[in-house]
Amino acid sequence: MADRAQPLGPGVWVGVFAAATIPALILLTAAAVATSADVGRGLAPSDWAAIRFTVWQAFLSAVLSVALAVPVSRALARRRFRGRGVLVTLLGAPFLLPVIVAIFGLLAIFGRGGVLNAGLDLLGLPPVSIYGLHGVVLAHVFFNLPLATRLILQGWQDVPAERFRLAATLDMDASAVNRHLERPMLMRVLPGAFLVIFVICTTSFAVALTLGGGPRATTIELAIYQALRFEFDLSRAALLSVVQLAITGVAAFLALRYIHADGFGAGRDRIVQRWDARSRSLKVQDTVWIALAALFLLLPLVAAVVRGAPALTTLPASVWYATLRSLGVALASTAFVVAMTLLIATASVRLGTRGRLLETAALSAIAASPLVVGTGLFILIHPVADPARLALPVTALVNGFVTLPFALRAVLPALRMIEADYGRLADTLGLTGWARLRLLVLPRLRRPLGFAAGLAAALSMGDLGVIALFADPNSATLPMQVYRLMGAYRTNDAAGAALLLLIVSLVLFWIFDRGGRSDAHT
Amino acid sequence: MRYPILVAGLLASFPAIAQEKPILSVYTYDSFITEWGPGPAVEAAFEETCGCDLQFVAAGDGAALLARLKLEGARSDADIVLGLDTNLMQAARETGLFAPHGREDLPLDLPVTWSDDTFVPFDWGYFAFVHNADMADVPGDFRSLGASDATIVIQDPRSSTPGLGLLLWVKAAYGDDAPSIWEALADNIVTVTPGWSEAYGLFLEGEADMVLSYTTSPAYHLIAEEDASKTAALFSEGHYMQIEVAAKLAASDQPDLADAFLDFMVSDAFQTVIPKTNWMYPAVVPEGGMPGGFDTLIQPDRALIYPADEAAALRDKALDEWLTALSR
Repeated sequence: MADRAQPLGPGVWVGVFAAATIPALILLTAAAVATSADVGRGLAPSDWAAIRFTVWQAFLSAVLSVALAVPVSRALARRRFRGRGVLVTLLGAPFLLPVIVAIFGLLAIFGRGGVLNAGLDLLGLPPVSIYGLHGVVLAHVFFNLPLATRLILQGWQDVPAERFRLAATLDMDASAVNRHLERPMLMRVLPGAFLVIFVICTTSFAVALTLGGGPRATTIELAIYQALRFEFDLSRAALLSVVQLAITGVAAFLALRYIHADGFGAGRDRIVQRWDARSRSLKVQDTVWIALAALFLLLPLVAAVVRGAPALTTLPASVWYATLRSLGVALASTAFVVAMTLLIATASVRLGTRGRLLETAALSAIAASPLVVGTGLFILIHPVADPARLALPVTALVNGFVTLPFALRAVLPALRMIEADYGRLADTLGLTGWARLRLLVLPRLRRPLGFAAGLAAALSMGDLGVIALFADPNSATLPMQVYRLMGAYRTNDAAGAALLLLIVSLVLFWIFDRGGRSDAHT
Repeated sequence: MRYPILVAGLLASFPAIAQEKPILSVYTYDSFITEWGPGPAVEAAFEETCGCDLQFVAAGDGAALLARLKLEGARSDADIVLGLDTNLMQAARETGLFAPHGREDLPLDLPVTWSDDTFVPFDWGYFAFVHNADMADVPGDFRSLGASDATIVIQDPRSSTPGLGLLLWVKAAYGDDAPSIWEALADNIVTVTPGWSEAYGLFLEGEADMVLSYTTSPAYHLIAEEDASKTAALFSEGHYMQIEVAAKLAASDQPDLADAFLDFMVSDAFQTVIPKTNWMYPAVVPEGGMPGGFDTLIQPDRALIYPADEAAALRDKALDEWLTALSR
């Protein structure tokens, strides 16, 4: 990787520029917020408590999500069964859920009046409470286990079928395969997965507060909200947002240095067969893991479906208009994300180890406080244009930025391997630019790119971070409409609209993800 | 030959130019302008008489509304801001963006006297703990609530106006004893949510026996859903009030229209819309009286409220007490 046969082309610089726009936008908005008010009182002692809690819960959530995702994704990677494709898609659903829907789904299972406590009561056992640090971590694992599973599953699928064939020829058992093939792959994939989830959890607000049980569960994002809305201490809000970015920077520095770029060598893209996993005990073990994950991830979804289904057919027209608007936003930001991902990923791979800086730059998009970015954009836009008119384009753009790190995480390892395995050959052949992309990269990148596009589309349906300040009566997106229904006591309609949001997000994800896998057999 | 058609088309696409109706821009909170809120009916009624185009601009909740106004400053297009409450009034006044309403005595039906020269109330409510009518041993004050096993969901005073209302309620009722009340309540609190919607949703899903809301909340279930199963607990200390207000911007380019709107706001046409859309008490009881169902609501013996400047001065200390008591 370090020796480059050809000089860096203009494409690399476009990619570097694309990656640089992200921290630039974030710093620009933070600066706009910081400079539009007098200097405030700086960080208070309670802010330090919030910082400690934020880092601690994010660390626990990320460790648990990744640790649980390893056996689940291994089981999914080495088993073939009917409905596996549908199950893999459905297991991804929690990550795409709007926060409020997920919270109510989880409460239907783990809450005071939930299924779990009803069962414990039948057995004569005391009830368990979901509220507290464990509840926050539980909810974050529920959200992020699907993401971790998919990222690691991707790693498994990137091991060429020939390696497993060779392992079988050498009569390797499961533990030998683990040592020689799986562990090196995990070493490459896990730090990135941990990092992304850690960063997502640092910006938690509603989950942490609602399930945290009280002010002990105060996160940085809540402190930002308080500073922005109730104290109008803009400089403190900007300062806290920079702290949030710094935490991500440190985490990225620590995690990304463990990511190794060694490929498995080229394969011929065959179907993977796993001779090593045919023992009965391994079959039982995998079945148990898949069943447990399915129960944990799908039961709250079932609860959301049951709760929302009755109202689905009688939803007010405004909900359907909001759905159309959200679809437009989602598709626009998907196109944006795919283009940006290809540019940044290509540049990052060509730059070798220095390319990790680009990924870290992109990662800042999820570390940034949506409240600060939204407020900063408002301050920047208001003097030149009516923010309400720009509500939807701004939402599409910001959703795109926020989704980009996930898309990159899905695409980068695969692209890195393509270049490691075929790059030298392509260089020898003088295959560059568009031809290289079309003939070498895109065919092999279909699956991760389809996954990334699906993720972008679904996440853009669900996100509502920045639009609040911009909203006008006629541009509500579907997630906003869910909140408006809740705010107007219409909880049944809200549950119906939330179910609609869940369905549309999943279908969008499924279409893109499927498109990427159309010629693959796994 | 085609030019006249083109010109006609251009004119039609700029209705503001073609009709030259003045625009009155009203900034308000999000739920006011939804199809279930008072917005649509208010807009139609005012436009019947004003010869103007009433345009609502929505920004989140009351706190977000004030934040947006501060961000826009004197450049703001707003003529009227509608939807601040007594807890935000002091901060709003200090911006210097608002103009006095210039009315001698407003014909208001509030449980307290109103003498502010800038902000005009349009509705009000009492905070209360809402519970299912079949709940046993409903506590009648904060002390018995704290001593009971009843579970409650409340909102965070750092992110929600009802949450802030509860903070001031306890402070108004107990003064220096407020910390001990919060310590007693700590084990009753199931959780603290960022906003009203989450808390009320948790209550409806059965996560707690009671939720901090308004005495008028049961009226929604009774009138809109014909469900009489919700009621509010009457507390002997009295109930803290939320009064929602509107005011005219000093920099408004339509000061006469803005004045006309403030008059309209306390008139029957506006006030009759409030009870069954905002689910609050109207600031002026409509000529036809209150809608059926509101008579079933609890009537607090005592209305508690701090003047806006006192509320602002007390907030930080009360918040510290709350954080200390609940962080143990």
